[in-house]
Amino acid sequence: MEVIEQIKEQVVNAKVLKVNPLESEAIYIFREVVAQFEKPVLLFSGGKDSITLVRLAQKAFYPGKIPFPLLHIDTGHNFPETIEFRDRLVKELGVELIVRNVQDSIDQGKVTEEKGKYASRNSLQTTTLLDALEEFKFDAAIGGARRDEEKARAKERIFSVRDDFGQWDEKNQRPELFDHLNGKIDLGQNVRVFPISNWTELDVWSYIQKEEIEIPSIYFAHKRKTFIRDGMIWSAEDEVVHREDDELVEERLVRFRTVGDMSCTAAVLSDAITIDKVVAEIRESTISERGARIDDKRSEAAMEKRKQQGYF
Amino acid sequence: MDVLKIATAGSVDDGKSTLIGRILYDTKSLTSDKLEAIETRSKANGFDYLDFSLATDGLVAEREQGITIDVAHIYFSTKTKSYIIADTPGHIEYTRNMVTGASTSQASIILVDARKGVIEQTYRHFFINNLLRVKDVIVAINKMDLVDFSQSTYEAIKSDFEKLIAKSDYKEQNITFIPVSALQGDNVVDASKNTPWYKGKTLLEHLEELDAQDVYEKAEVRFPVQTVIRPKKDEFHDFRGYAGKLYGGDLSVGDEVTVLPSLTTSKVKEIFFFDKKFDTAGRGSSCTITLEDDVNVSRGDMIVKSSEKPRVEKQLTATICWMDNKDLNPGANYFIQSGSNRILAKVKNISGTVATDFSGEDTAKNSLSLNEIGKVEIQLSKPLAIDSYSKNKVSGSFILIDSQTNNTSGVGFIQ
Repeated sequence: MEVIEQIKEQVVNAKVLKVNPLESEAIYIFREVVAQFEKPVLLFSGGKDSITLVRLAQKAFYPGKIPFPLLHIDTGHNFPETIEFRDRLVKELGVELIVRNVQDSIDQGKVTEEKGKYASRNSLQTTTLLDALEEFKFDAAIGGARRDEEKARAKERIFSVRDDFGQWDEKNQRPELFDHLNGKIDLGQNVRVFPISNWTELDVWSYIQKEEIEIPSIYFAHKRKTFIRDGMIWSAEDEVVHREDDELVEERLVRFRTVGDMSCTAAVLSDAITIDKVVAEIRESTISERGARIDDKRSEAAMEKRKQQGYF
Repeated sequence: MDVLKIATAGSVDDGKSTLIGRILYDTKSLTSDKLEAIETRSKANGFDYLDFSLATDGLVAEREQGITIDVAHIYFSTKTKSYIIADTPGHIEYTRNMVTGASTSQASIILVDARKGVIEQTYRHFFINNLLRVKDVIVAINKMDLVDFSQSTYEAIKSDFEKLIAKSDYKEQNITFIPVSALQGDNVVDASKNTPWYKGKTLLEHLEELDAQDVYEKAEVRFPVQTVIRPKKDEFHDFRGYAGKLYGGDLSVGDEVTVLPSLTTSKVKEIFFFDKKFDTAGRGSSCTITLEDDVNVSRGDMIVKSSEKPRVEKQLTATICWMDNKDLNPGANYFIQSGSNRILAKVKNISGTVATDFSGEDTAKNSLSLNEIGKVEIQLSKPLAIDSYSKNKVSGSFILIDSQTNNTSGVGFIQ
């Protein structure tokens, strides 16, 4: 009798792979992309969501390498910490990094720099992105968008079909049933793929914590020269942020919750210097992540409009 | 943390979006900036209450028309669980989007307007939940504030609904009735003082007790191979891993397996998840396995336990929910996709449409129009490993893809 009990115990102690449903879903999606498309690419900004995507892609194809390049649409207004981090990560992983610059699109006269104190290059990215997809004939662009970020995002499918112009037709989306993802498209069309659609901001942070994934230092509390506008904390350390003379610069202890274009990303007051403290802070927060994205405040449908024009 | 996926269903203006907004508000899941936006907009629209539907209707067209067009995914969590709610449209013309939301959900909330009772749309919504084998269904009888929280009204609707349940052939479904007022918050998160006659749980209390762990059924092992991993690295020179997601039961090292449709057999040699090896993979895990023998396995093949083989057929009968503006007609060619398998198929016969009020089949009709449900026989160009839907939700379901437009035109549930 005792022997049987012992054997039972051994079976219980055997290494069983436990499922994290969100992680498992994301890995499944990555593999479908590689199997169903000719030339996928991962859109990489150096932010926490795209860093998480890179880890999930590693897991999906291990012990093989990540079977697609990374594409960074560089607004030229990135935080230097993010660029330094990006280059180090790419080197460690041995993956190809393609960079296309919004500045080039401006120089070619395809887009015009915005003017005024709210000027941002965020929406200009769309043109550079669409040009890059066409240049390399990428048919699937994998992005780190999450449905909890914004209410138009909450409506988007995991395989989101875009037309020749990169446009999203929000009223005519393909039904998405069970795990049967339909990636069949015509030449010229492409698909935006969102493997972490169903993750929340807290899910991403908890995952980074659990997996001990390295992230740019800008996500942790640091002293920074800042000024306040419209109740938000703007970075005063770079000339890309247009500051008026009467906007007072002060040093504050801040961190960034989301890392986009410097000209449209606000900081939050924080003393969280470790990932544990960041997770605790997010858990307690009463403000949404997008609350610090200045470009989303432009109108109630800002995101939906950008997506109709091909924004990722 | 466990994740519970829920779909909502209900007719237009039954208050689905309002109910979700109420759950978010009462569980303090709405961040202050989002709440502020709702307050501002509600005032601008001239409401003297908070219009919670603004939290979920994310498209301009939805806010213009005050209706839900497509599925919104809403997230919140409590101390015990994470929740994903698929807020699906109630309009009959958006039935396909409702099926989309319900297909990945473990539980469903059907709303009934207490003033209107069980109506045709309620039949349809219950039928679809039934067809999809959604395990837990909650019938929220809403707008109780508008019928003076009348117990007799509630009981009458419940009794009507039970007549519907009696006609269903899916007897394992758990169905719970709750009287609520989404607008005022009665029995949504907090128990209501207005319904002293109701002794059951509030909606959230009920959701908290559902088993979220059972995301993937306790079914037989089905491992559709998504891709073969052959790293070009010295240390893994001879590595040949089969990557996929494990549906159904657990798979262990040493298990005797059969590869379908070729029927070759082997044993599981290793189970990888990233850089770690495991003895057993739990159901639902996206892992990579290697086999003892050098057998020919590629994308589209399915690995199963040799003792639990599915059917391998070149022909199948299925209930199809049609989702395309273009009708489905006999003789038409489509791609059939089930998991990682996509093959050409011909529609041989449509034996009629199924009435969503459980009143039977209309055998006079031999084509399917948008949002219609019917029984269809399909001829496959190659043999496919399949199960009946009641046995396994993944190997028992498929989509039909229009080869001209590439649209996902329908979803099928295999008999």
